[in-house]
Amino acid sequence: MTMSARGISLHLSGFDLLRNISLEVEAGKVTTIVGPNGAGKSSLLKVLTGEMPPTAGDVYLNSRLLNQWSLLEKAQMLAVLPQHTLLNFSFTADEVVGLGRIPHQTGRAKDVKIVAEALKLVDASYLQRRFYTQMSGGEKQRVQLARVLAQIWQPSCLGKQFLVLDEPTSAFDLSHQKLTLDIVRQLAQKGVGVVMVVHDLNLAARCADKIVVIDRGVIAAQGSPEVVLTETLIDKVFGVKSIISEHPITKRPLVIT
Amino acid sequence: MLLPVVALLSLTVGTVSISWVEALRAVVGSSSTTQIDTILFDIRLPRILLAIFVGAVLATTGAVMQGLFRNPLADPSLIGVSSGASVGASLMIVTAGGFIQGGALVGISLVSIGAFVGGFTATLLVYRLATSGMGTSVTTMLLAGIAIGALAGALNSLLSYFSDNDMLRQISLWQMGNLSGASWLKVSIMGVVTILLMGLFPRDSRALNALLLGESEARHLGINVQRVKRRLIVLTALGVGVSVAVAGLVGFVGLIMPHIIRLMIGPDHRWLIPASGLAGAILLVVADSLARVVVIPAELPTGILTAILGAPFFVALLLQQRKDV
Repeated sequence: MTMSARGISLHLSGFDLLRNISLEVEAGKVTTIVGPNGAGKSSLLKVLTGEMPPTAGDVYLNSRLLNQWSLLEKAQMLAVLPQHTLLNFSFTADEVVGLGRIPHQTGRAKDVKIVAEALKLVDASYLQRRFYTQMSGGEKQRVQLARVLAQIWQPSCLGKQFLVLDEPTSAFDLSHQKLTLDIVRQLAQKGVGVVMVVHDLNLAARCADKIVVIDRGVIAAQGSPEVVLTETLIDKVFGVKSIISEHPITKRPLVIT
Repeated sequence: MLLPVVALLSLTVGTVSISWVEALRAVVGSSSTTQIDTILFDIRLPRILLAIFVGAVLATTGAVMQGLFRNPLADPSLIGVSSGASVGASLMIVTAGGFIQGGALVGISLVSIGAFVGGFTATLLVYRLATSGMGTSVTTMLLAGIAIGALAGALNSLLSYFSDNDMLRQISLWQMGNLSGASWLKVSIMGVVTILLMGLFPRDSRALNALLLGESEARHLGINVQRVKRRLIVLTALGVGVSVAVAGLVGFVGLIMPHIIRLMIGPDHRWLIPASGLAGAILLVVADSLARVVVIPAELPTGILTAILGAPFFVALLLQQRKDV
């Protein structure tokens, strides 16, 4: 069971944003996407989640063409956290996370319980009754994370579930960055397929089963962190000289620049 | 709770004052005089019902538009309904002489018809301009609404320029909004529209909540954004179009009532829409009752009173909220 892109290209107003990209996101694994600014990471996520139709190629979700699922079925299997969500209305954290339960008909009592658990998981229980509009950037991002977690809180009978995160940790302090990685690993253990865009290569190396490096619209490399993260590749893609070492505890690759 | 009380009180006020006992007695069917009956059932009751329906429709469509545009400053006039209706009405007043008896079609004046057609056409135009193969862009719709509004404003000025004093007065009175032309026919049309809207809006409450996050977020929550948008815009155009046709431009209710309710109970559309409707109905009944009595034996246009009543209340709420933060 996978979410996969087969030979996708995206051509938008005269620019080739993505060229012939094929990749598989496996359920139960964490896939991270890295690459320089403007490489096409967000475009790739948009095509993978069906927000933009590819100019060429196909996207599959659980071995069926993505657009053959109804919007509701898709929402029960696939949750997406965008980079920024602008919400100018004074919902409480409770209510925002509750929006994640819209695709499910599980009843109010169940929803309330899931909302509380999701908020607790992202260390935001204390925000429950606070207004979203009055929260800090990091608090808002945690509430949004809780919202997408609530959306895939229970397994779906339709197929494996996937969670797509676009720079989920950009507004987080160290402890919440670690918390997010822990949550992502836990989800993968429960069988959810996670795709996330991150900028910090060490963060990617620490939690990813697979790293996909995007450069100027094409895949520069993909595979396990040990295979992908090499000094040559980092120099070629990011134009930065680096030394690859080994993390003393996790034994994962450690990029020193 | 408040609405029936306000409505009953409203029955008692007017140029001829009727005690609330008499009013109550007439309503339950054991009236004293035919004169009171006439005043109550042919003049005041339809007017009050019209105020309730128009108030409810304007306030709920306002709440819906603010949600759809993700902008608490939006109101139904943004999609061109009001400016289009204005042109339609002015055109009828200037060309057909407006209120002349021969100009009425089965009890509905040509001005009303002009207003409805104008409002609905303008909305359709705005919607078309903003819709491409990629769907309807809310931003484009906002801008198209401004453009169409400006164009309609110019047409309106042009029509005013070519009209005589009497027509000018009719145009500006119409633009202030007035419920004095209430008849049972108008009440029934408006009633049907109100019931239709109240029946259909709640189905999209959760979709509107999700839309506050953004369109792509709503889609990822399984909502067919394009279909919801089209449905809500058509219903709003219908509701506001008919309201404007029967009551002229009653301002303020659509913009401020949802806002006030949102400050009090939060932005969840499942409660916001019905609560706004109720509040809009109450405001318009109160405003219209005052309009009938403040300058006895004459009457003020209702639209003036809605703003005079609502604005201070709104300012007070804003000040209080600023203190709380």
